[in-house]
Amino acid sequence: MSVHDLIVIGAGPAGLAAAIAAKEAGVDDILVLERDSVPGGILNQCIHNGFGLHTFQEELTGPEYAGRFLKKAEELGIAIRLNTMVLDLSKDKVLTVTSRENGLEQLQAKAVVLAMGCRERPRGALNIPGYRPAGIYSAGTAQRLVNIEGFMPGKEVVILGSGDIGLIMARRMTLEGAHVKCVAELLPYSGGLKRNIVQCLHDYNIPLKLSHTVIDILGRERVEGVTIAQVGPDRKPVPGTEETIPCDTLLLSVGLLPENELSENAGVELSPITGGPVVNESLETGVPGIFACGNVLHVHDLVDYVSEEAGRAGANAARYIRGELTEPGDAVPLRGKNGVRYTVPQSIRPAVMPEEVVVRFRVAEPYYDRYLSVYVDGERISHRKKQIVAPGEMEQFTLRRSQLGPDTREVIFCVEDQ
Amino acid sequence: METKTMNLTCIRCPMGCSIRVELADGAVTSVTGNTCRRGEEYARTEAVAPVRTVTSTVKARGGVRPVVAVKAVPDVPKQSIFAVMDAIRAAKVCAPVHIGDVLIADVAGTGSNVVASADLAKA
Repeated sequence: MSVHDLIVIGAGPAGLAAAIAAKEAGVDDILVLERDSVPGGILNQCIHNGFGLHTFQEELTGPEYAGRFLKKAEELGIAIRLNTMVLDLSKDKVLTVTSRENGLEQLQAKAVVLAMGCRERPRGALNIPGYRPAGIYSAGTAQRLVNIEGFMPGKEVVILGSGDIGLIMARRMTLEGAHVKCVAELLPYSGGLKRNIVQCLHDYNIPLKLSHTVIDILGRERVEGVTIAQVGPDRKPVPGTEETIPCDTLLLSVGLLPENELSENAGVELSPITGGPVVNESLETGVPGIFACGNVLHVHDLVDYVSEEAGRAGANAARYIRGELTEPGDAVPLRGKNGVRYTVPQSIRPAVMPEEVVVRFRVAEPYYDRYLSVYVDGERISHRKKQIVAPGEMEQFTLRRSQLGPDTREVIFCVEDQ
Repeated sequence: METKTMNLTCIRCPMGCSIRVELADGAVTSVTGNTCRRGEEYARTEAVAPVRTVTSTVKARGGVRPVVAVKAVPDVPKQSIFAVMDAIRAAKVCAPVHIGDVLIADVAGTGSNVVASADLAKA
């Protein structure tokens, strides 16, 4: 069995940044495994601009952003094996992988970085009645068809869900000559970025129907229309508000799910809220030596934050390989309360934490003119006024080592009225 | 003197600041609500002559994929977006294509170039 210091699963933005950081931290023997025929992950199909403002201080398209990291990985001589699928990961960090070239093989790693990303919630998760005609796609599938395969999936389009991928695809389909009739959103607010509402919907006069959902799909062979209806505060359709919209295509942009089958095989504990591994300050899962970053850990809003987080995972994997995380001491739990749904990481071990740890979290619903507060054992250490906080956008707080003591019991993140 | 107030949402970064622009006789007299310089630039342009980044794909022959990602540089006037798209849809290139290659010069008379934003290797 061939043995490597570090194996990174996935060559998307998270995997590339983790491998680069580990290499720069002195790990020589790194192998990145990628199931696709090209590296770069989802960025390859995200041809719109808006990536990289934090990392490179300029607006790049997805392929350009990925290209920067790929170039760096090449310069550092990091090995990326393409067309290679990881089938299993054990808690002893043995990977079972398959590829056309080598067939089935097993690889042993001293440390593993999970960077498998996420996938889209499918129609089956939504309980929409109706037949199963052609013409129903997840927004990301349509994005791949248009931007990579050069194929338009339809002409008259309704989009369910106003996450960023749905908004981006509303514009993309319009630019390619389709007629996007509306974007329906179950919630009373959009989960997408404000700027995407403006530049993807307003610019093209595409109506955004908040508190609306699809209650029926018409057509047996091909989508012929959808029936949408307003929903009440209980999110159930309001009788009498039904409206049938003729269309040949329905795109679904209804959420992303971290792809953690391999993590589960390895016995990694997952958070029921994020759908990703529970991690400590080093982004290490409950299985020593297995780290996680990017959308497999929790779904991010910006790729820049994925790269930053993955860099820390890679650097910490390097520390683990050097034996620096062996006597970690007790962990202090981090908890979200009163409107904060979760935090990543979920715990911090003061004994091994670096000078600063970035804590990311999301709120449960939009709040206006509130405060984001942080408490250490009941003492408030941060109190920031926010004009608006929304579930679609990640918040962050940098916790310093000096703010935690040897006896600290817990750190609470919450939304406060004043 | 004709005065006008415009309320804009900045699209220059994910923060999406709400910006208020005051105009007198079509000229910007004040910009408030932005939290950075890029926001002020955006508001001054948006209020007078809005521009957008157009990204799309161009058909390619002989490559590992049938299309290559492109963007128009610099940004094009908002009212020219569909003229730019018509030119992009009509274009065809041959692989290989390299990031930064100019595929359409002065697209639709805008003065902007359509450049490749991804590599496309030969099949």
